Amino acid sequence: MISYVIRRLFAIMVTLVVMSVLIFAVTQVLPGNVAYVIAGQFATPDVVAAIEQKLGLNDPFYVQYWRWASGILVGNLGHSIVMDRPVAPLIADALTASAALAVASFVCVTIFGIALGVIAAVRQNRPVDQAISIFTYLGVSVPEFFWGIVLIIVFARYLGWLPTGGAGDSSAGLAAWASHLVLPTATLTFTLIAHVSRLTRSSMIETLRSQYVRNARAKGLPERVLVVRHALPNALLPTITVLAIDVGWLIGGIVVVEAVFAYPGLGRLLVFSIERHDLPLIQGTILIVAAIYCFANLTADLLYAYFNPKIRYGSANG
Amino acid sequence: MAEQTAIRAAKLPSRIPTKLWVGAAIVGALVILAAVAPVIAPYPYDGMSILVRLKPPSLVHWFGTDDYGRDVLSRTLYGAHLSLLMGFLATAISVATGVPLGLVAGYGRGRIDEWLMRAMDVLMSFPPIMLGLLVLAVTQPALWKTIIAVGIVYVPGVVRLTRSVTLNLVHEEFIQAAHARGERMSYILSAEILPNAWPPIMVEASLRVTFAILLGAALSFLGMGAQPPSSDWGLMIAEARPFIDRAPWIALAPGAAMCITVIGINLLGDGLREALDPRLQRSRAG
Repeated sequence: MISYVIRRLFAIMVTLVVMSVLIFAVTQVLPGNVAYVIAGQFATPDVVAAIEQKLGLNDPFYVQYWRWASGILVGNLGHSIVMDRPVAPLIADALTASAALAVASFVCVTIFGIALGVIAAVRQNRPVDQAISIFTYLGVSVPEFFWGIVLIIVFARYLGWLPTGGAGDSSAGLAAWASHLVLPTATLTFTLIAHVSRLTRSSMIETLRSQYVRNARAKGLPERVLVVRHALPNALLPTITVLAIDVGWLIGGIVVVEAVFAYPGLGRLLVFSIERHDLPLIQGTILIVAAIYCFANLTADLLYAYFNPKIRYGSANG
Repeated sequence: MAEQTAIRAAKLPSRIPTKLWVGAAIVGALVILAAVAPVIAPYPYDGMSILVRLKPPSLVHWFGTDDYGRDVLSRTLYGAHLSLLMGFLATAISVATGVPLGLVAGYGRGRIDEWLMRAMDVLMSFPPIMLGLLVLAVTQPALWKTIIAVGIVYVPGVVRLTRSVTLNLVHEEFIQAAHARGERMSYILSAEILPNAWPPIMVEASLRVTFAILLGAALSFLGMGAQPPSSDWGLMIAEARPFIDRAPWIALAPGAAMCITVIGINLLGDGLREALDPRLQRSRAG
């Protein structure tokens, strides 16, 4: 197990290095040259040249890359051009906000997804099952930004129960902070829940048909105990994998949902940096998000290996 | 050759699943609507009129008008054009790139396989939307660039699937026979393996189309895709946002259209899978 983890960690390191080269190479060819962004649209060539000189933009690619990459190793992600502040703290703030949203959504998706899946499986092909199926189908079929807007119309504009967007000020108290999370979390949960609930349903149906569950039922165990204590733990294995895949969707969804709700997280920071051609900010944000994604995938794989000893050794290519 | 036919025959569906024909009907209707949009749309998609700004749905403007007085129905119809184009072209790009790579990796094995799969691992290490944003970050946004970006995002998935299908086929007797006959690799890949690898690839591709449409719409919504005055659904919803409490119909029409499109294509994909996957057929019968 430990050697598997070490191998995976090593693979992630290699991946991140390759990625950082890729990110740097791609963003370096950005047409809106950094010096022009700093000096403004009407800068004279002299000014641009001077800035390029100062920032070392004329150095060979590998020199520039090394300057950037060696900085990352000591926690320095460069200096944002547009904000005129170091990138690392900007990302740290945004990351905290995004993490709150991600954790809340992930918890909701897991709890409600599994619950809906189990209910649908137990009431297979009954109206409840069909209602759940339609509900979740709607969730995956419509982009998160559309549901976000619908929720804003209903709950913020029409009913006035919740704020339309932004993040709660920490000084305003926990309730205000949480109220800003409700609509974005609901949007993300709704768009992601289908994967989890569908898979839980189908694997639960399969488990409920299995011999040992029939035996337990024949022994006269109450249906509740049977479902929750006996069938569910075994049916959850595929769900864990799909939850891992959902982490990727979650990150993608967060970018969009943050844009809809003007929520000051990593996604909004990234879109902002792309709109303003703020190279160091783009590079830093994408790298950090990609790194988080890698480690989230590793965690998911390890959880899966933990619950399913059959694959614990051997499969290095994950 | 006889073997090959036998394998294909075994995969033919016993009956056409309901999902398949409902999905096919929806998608077919959408394709027709998209194709004839310029003819049936009551107004041009970019025809502005200050006099009829933000008008609710009426007999003159069935779906109302937006803040420039443009007809929402016409824009939604034209948008079908763009969305389907986005979904199918991006998928075509990922299939056209991914299938050959997957065939070569699965058949060639060895070092080439190793390198290809590592490269795909790196691509897959980006969350899909990040990869799209990274590609679009470096140039001025335009619809065709979004299509290519979305296509690239889904290449690794197609490569992996094609590779695993190829790996399973390589040991089939008819491939061994072709090998023994001394056929060239290009012949074996294109004439022997590919025809048998198509069914799972087609199912995968059909489900990818909806991902592509949704991802493309999300990128357009973020301002990294189709540009104004284009009538892309994602862009329409983004533009409708400031007027959402006064004129919700501007966002609702493209949202509903997208919902129908995605459900239609999903049904088609699920139906295809049921029709082509014998294992699923058995479990349905039993």
